[in-house]
Amino acid sequence: MTASETVTPELSKPARPQRKPLGEMSPMAMVGLQIVLGIVLLVVWQLSAGRLIDKFMISSPIDVMVRLWGWIANGSIYVHVWATIYATVYGFLIGAVAGVIGGLWLGLSPFLSRLLDPYIWAFNALPKVALAPLFILWFGLGINSKVALAAVLVVFLVFVNTFAGVREVDPDLVDSLRLMRAKRRQILTKVIMPSATSWIFVGLKTAVPYALIGTIIGEMIAANRGLGYLVQRSGSEFDTAGVFAALVVIAVLAVIFNEVVGRVQDRIQGWKVVSR
Amino acid sequence: MIELQGIGKTFRKGTEEVRAVAHVDLAIQPHSIVALIGPSGCGKSTLLNMIAGLYPPSEGRVVYQGRQVSDVNTDVGYMTQKDNLLPWRTVLDNVALPLELAGQSQAKRHEAARAMIRQVGLDGFENKYSGELSGGMRKRACLARMLLYEPKALLLDEPFAALDAQLRIAMHDLLLKLWAANKQTILLVTHDLVEAITLADRVVVFSRRPARVAHEQRVDLPRPRDVAQVRFTERFHEIYNAIWDKLREEYVEEKL
Repeated sequence: MTASETVTPELSKPARPQRKPLGEMSPMAMVGLQIVLGIVLLVVWQLSAGRLIDKFMISSPIDVMVRLWGWIANGSIYVHVWATIYATVYGFLIGAVAGVIGGLWLGLSPFLSRLLDPYIWAFNALPKVALAPLFILWFGLGINSKVALAAVLVVFLVFVNTFAGVREVDPDLVDSLRLMRAKRRQILTKVIMPSATSWIFVGLKTAVPYALIGTIIGEMIAANRGLGYLVQRSGSEFDTAGVFAALVVIAVLAVIFNEVVGRVQDRIQGWKVVSR
Repeated sequence: MIELQGIGKTFRKGTEEVRAVAHVDLAIQPHSIVALIGPSGCGKSTLLNMIAGLYPPSEGRVVYQGRQVSDVNTDVGYMTQKDNLLPWRTVLDNVALPLELAGQSQAKRHEAARAMIRQVGLDGFENKYSGELSGGMRKRACLARMLLYEPKALLLDEPFAALDAQLRIAMHDLLLKLWAANKQTILLVTHDLVEAITLADRVVVFSRRPARVAHEQRVDLPRPRDVAQVRFTERFHEIYNAIWDKLREEYVEEKL
């Protein structure tokens, strides 16, 4: 505790009026600057489209906006958005629950974890996307094969982090509870699970984009709805604006998913924020 | 109360064998405070762990209230240098944990915990998380949690080592007051000879690894003791010097 006080060496600064370093800009000013940067990029894109670079390659922001608006206006986008949200959320939930249970189970059983070790790592090293054809065979062309692909991408990330979290639990805390007459189940619920939560959340947070990736890839391979299908169809119709419009929707979804997980984490781990 | 009979402990690390404790015989009377002192890493903490039943001795046996300790000994309170508070719980919920594990209702256990928190002088901090507390406050919380389930024996493994001198004296005072009220049997491992003599009825000096009992000294200072002043009395100095002579023999070779 005493060693945490670090002394920053005082650099001899030339005597001239202090300007605030750019990194210390106020949050509001930074948001403003971020918006400006976005607008500049869009303007550059708009101006270069058709002049510097062929519109067939990069479309243009206005074309993309028009396409997007068209989809929203005629309502055709919603079926795709819902299909993607559904598969992502279900895949994520199934993968997360399986990953947490598996991680806790193996983390608590040295025998099982040693027994299964080579198989788990072999399976983990496998590019899960390559399982897509198998899932389509098993679960059909419908939404279930996308759920399965998303889940299988999620499960390993959550599993590995949960497992590490259980292994990282302070054995002294476990011992102190054993001395207080705690039963096995109580040690699990009162020490191991709460202390592994921060690890589990790291796993859940990294897994969110993968759930989306699994779903999108599944939809691109074989589907009749979903944003991945939309990207794939627009591409095959040489509709660059359509591809970009679908990508915009996917990006927005990804941001929303991340935000939701972040909020949930903040709520559950109030003590961590406080103790800092 | 606690009897160590021919205790030995050997740890195995790969092919290397480390003998931590050898042939320790020690009997601790009920309601007494016994301090164990000796060079660092000599195996004193190993002894406490075996009394707590966290692992079995390689030789000999530990007898606690007439029964051999073969599993985790849930009748003892154990406190180490590290405070094992759960960081995601408030002080109140940490202190109430033993009663929560015993299945008591929230109202009941919070009431008991509040009373205990008052006894150790932590009132007003019930809703803080352990990360927000100072080192001394965390010790108080640990003490409160340990006392709440009323163990007959307390095993203290350098509990106050990380505190500064003033805080340590305050904790000694608190410990002796709580002991006077409840008369638990206390086994205290320490590096600090002044702490050992101030608190204990008996000081046991251990040798370098593997730990053996090198010397025993009764501390016949009258009770109640004034923990801030007792160290300046003549009798204290006599005892101190007697133990220090023995202790130095154990330390001398280690330093070379």
